[in-house]
Amino acid sequence: MSFFAVENLSRAFGGLQAVSDVSFAVREHSIHAVIGPNGAGKTTLFNLIAGSLAPDSGAIRLNGDPLQSLPPYKIARKGIARTFQNVKLFRHMSVLENVMLGRHVRSRAGFGAALLNLPHTWREERSIRQRSLEILDTLGIADLADADAVSLAFGKQRIVEFARALATEPTLLLLDEPAAGLNMHETDEIARLIADIRARGITVLIIEHDMSLIMDISDHIAVLSSGKKIAEGTPAEIQRNRDVIAVYLGED
Amino acid sequence: MNIRQYIPAGILVAVVVAFQLAVVLTGQDYLLTQLTMSAYYALVIIGLSVLMGYAGQISIGHAAFFAIGGYTAAVLTTGAFRLSPWLSLAVAVAITVVIAFLIGIPILKLKGHYLAMATLSFGVIVYRIVLGTGVFGEADGISDVPGFTLLPGLTVTGGAASRVENYYIAWFLVTLAIILLINLINSRVGRALRSIHGSEEAANAMGVNTAGYKLAIFVLSAVFAAVGGVFLTHYTGGIGPSEAGVMKSVRYVAIVAVGGMANIWGALVMGIVLNYLSLRGYFGTYDDIFFGAILIIIMLFYPDGILQRKTLDDLRSLARSLVARIRGRR
Amino acid sequence: MTFEHVLQYLLAGITIGSIYAIVAIGFNIIYNTTGIINFAQGEFLMVGAMTAVTFSRLVPLPLAIAIGIAVTVAVGVLIDFVFIRNLKKPTVLNMIIVTIGLSIIIREVALHVWDEKVRSLPYFTGDEISSINILGAYISPQALWVLGICATMVVLLNVFFKYSVMGRSMRACSANPVAARLCGINTKNMVTMSFVLSAAIGALAGCVMSPITQTQYDCGTSLAIKGFTVAILGGLGNSTGAIIGGLIVGILEEFSISVMPLAYKDAIAIAILLLIMFFRPSGLFGKQEVSALKEF
Repeated sequence: MSFFAVENLSRAFGGLQAVSDVSFAVREHSIHAVIGPNGAGKTTLFNLIAGSLAPDSGAIRLNGDPLQSLPPYKIARKGIARTFQNVKLFRHMSVLENVMLGRHVRSRAGFGAALLNLPHTWREERSIRQRSLEILDTLGIADLADADAVSLAFGKQRIVEFARALATEPTLLLLDEPAAGLNMHETDEIARLIADIRARGITVLIIEHDMSLIMDISDHIAVLSSGKKIAEGTPAEIQRNRDVIAVYLGED
Repeated sequence: MNIRQYIPAGILVAVVVAFQLAVVLTGQDYLLTQLTMSAYYALVIIGLSVLMGYAGQISIGHAAFFAIGGYTAAVLTTGAFRLSPWLSLAVAVAITVVIAFLIGIPILKLKGHYLAMATLSFGVIVYRIVLGTGVFGEADGISDVPGFTLLPGLTVTGGAASRVENYYIAWFLVTLAIILLINLINSRVGRALRSIHGSEEAANAMGVNTAGYKLAIFVLSAVFAAVGGVFLTHYTGGIGPSEAGVMKSVRYVAIVAVGGMANIWGALVMGIVLNYLSLRGYFGTYDDIFFGAILIIIMLFYPDGILQRKTLDDLRSLARSLVARIRGRR
Repeated sequence: MTFEHVLQYLLAGITIGSIYAIVAIGFNIIYNTTGIINFAQGEFLMVGAMTAVTFSRLVPLPLAIAIGIAVTVAVGVLIDFVFIRNLKKPTVLNMIIVTIGLSIIIREVALHVWDEKVRSLPYFTGDEISSINILGAYISPQALWVLGICATMVVLLNVFFKYSVMGRSMRACSANPVAARLCGINTKNMVTMSFVLSAAIGALAGCVMSPITQTQYDCGTSLAIKGFTVAILGGLGNSTGAIIGGLIVGILEEFSISVMPLAYKDAIAIAILLLIMFFRPSGLFGKQEVSALKEF
């Protein structure tokens, strides 16, 4: 049984088969990438895995548990965190508060307990704050804790989003085009960060357009084209694959 | 435990007591009557402020919940039923919870204009029902509602003799509500509510059951409104259909907006000030226009409410430019 | 129910339904260029009719109606210039609140100008007695005026949006405001134009319905709720849908009288509204995305 697997996943929009019979497995503690030209169905695949879309058929499994058709918040509770392609931080909240929200799945205080401010809720609240500050510290953005999250530079926002995702202590981290909108320097920083995250024992699944980033950091790559998986293998294998070259050259 | 978060509540208690003493010393205790009524309306407003400001969900139908509370209490304690007010309070809260829950499940899936229209329509339906049904007294409403004896010697009722104690009953309720809401806002749950406002999609992806939280805060704010309705009905001895009207709901939204959406203290202060002025009749026949106008002015110039730094800065720069102009003339 | 009864209800439903359709189209025009639902749309009908009633005592009826339309258009332009253009944070929530505030102010000013009395314009031609008998059902000459004017408005609007430069620019704005601006279209003027158009058709609809339904300072809210129901039923922004939706709501309302007390007639539209929003928020003919399009 693989750690995380996508099995014969399909989804159509009207007449368009956006994702068609896609399967792949992700090994634990690896960095797995899904690439493909524009319109290959990457975003649809990502949304299916993250639970914002329901598949027409097929299965998604984490340690054998089916995830398909669960709402996103339940998927998050299973230990899967995600980032967004165009970064979605919470407006009207500071960087620290954004990261503290990441601790939501790791804390318990309910509506009633919160209204009455029972002792265990404020003790829990203190540990949420502490843990979140530690995470900001390890990512080197502790100085931004009190800044308004959405008014930061885009590159910084992306790192805050990583911090928020890490705060959930995920076993699997889904990254939706983490290099989109970043300059070369920032992309390098993100690459180091992703490698660092894997080193902590978190499995990473990246959907990405930026080939250089993927080739540098991934252990395993699946290639999508027109909704179908056309190749799979190590970066070296993918670079030699004729179908992949044809698809990417054809696009340019 | 963070004691500091309760300092404003302590100040509130001090202000309430100080005001009562000042009013009694100057022999103007009739003012307490409108302050008591304003306090009950403030219960609706602070609940709505958490729903709108923190969770980001608009409701233009909250007068309906106030009316559901008030009418339930009025019907059950008069006429054929004559139940104990405690029992009717419990029934009113239960009915409100059930209605808010049932209406909230479908309504809170809606966004933006749809949510606004749906809550407005809910309000109109409740208004039509109380206006067109015999049990609710149609256009006349229900009068002769008895007092609510909370403890022996402590009764929610109008009249000059029990003015002071009723002032304290009302403000005790408001303080209690404020403390509960402060607890909520400063908790994991409060953060989750704000995250829904910040980005519902991201909140859901981070494990927040957004639908569940929206429903919970909707029901809670409805209960606050209903309790306000129950107490005010006992205090004034009756309730009429205008309490369920669209204009009332709009007024609550207006006050929350003026106070600054995510600011329960702003909502409380503006709720007291504006309701008090309105109840004292300062706006005369221009009452509704006044509330319509403040809605627009706030949205145009102070979309974050007027109780904030910017207002002070604006006033200061206005004063400075006036001073400069006067000096310039010399 | 006899055939004559059915036909009678049907005719009444079509008449009032075409008014609802015009209100809904008024919503759509402004929604398409601005993304705003103008909660003061119902007040346009009220202001148009009330002004025309006042002037009908001084000048001939057609001129009075023209004045009514002109005054309403002026109000619409004023709303755009003073409020919509100056909104600092044009979020959906803020826009809702502003237009609600406007509707209250217009209504209350109308109360102070015209008092609470119910008024109406005279029949444009003929009177109640000169109704026309169609297969046993009676249709009043004013109902024919309503149908004729509403149909003409729909045709003219269609021609305007399809063939005139201005109309095409407005459609471009609604499809993609940024691209429209890049093509040299002044989007702000298009927004003003949308207020002009929707105030004008609202005022005319208000005048033509006034002899049948009568007009009061506070009749705008219920018209707005019904017009909004129709707009959603037909899919927000979709004017063909609005016409079909208007007829459906109008006919259902009229038939409801035969099975329910008259007092609940207004609740029909609201019940339909809530049902659609819960089960098919994109409307009967709308695109699925529309309901998700505008967030806070």
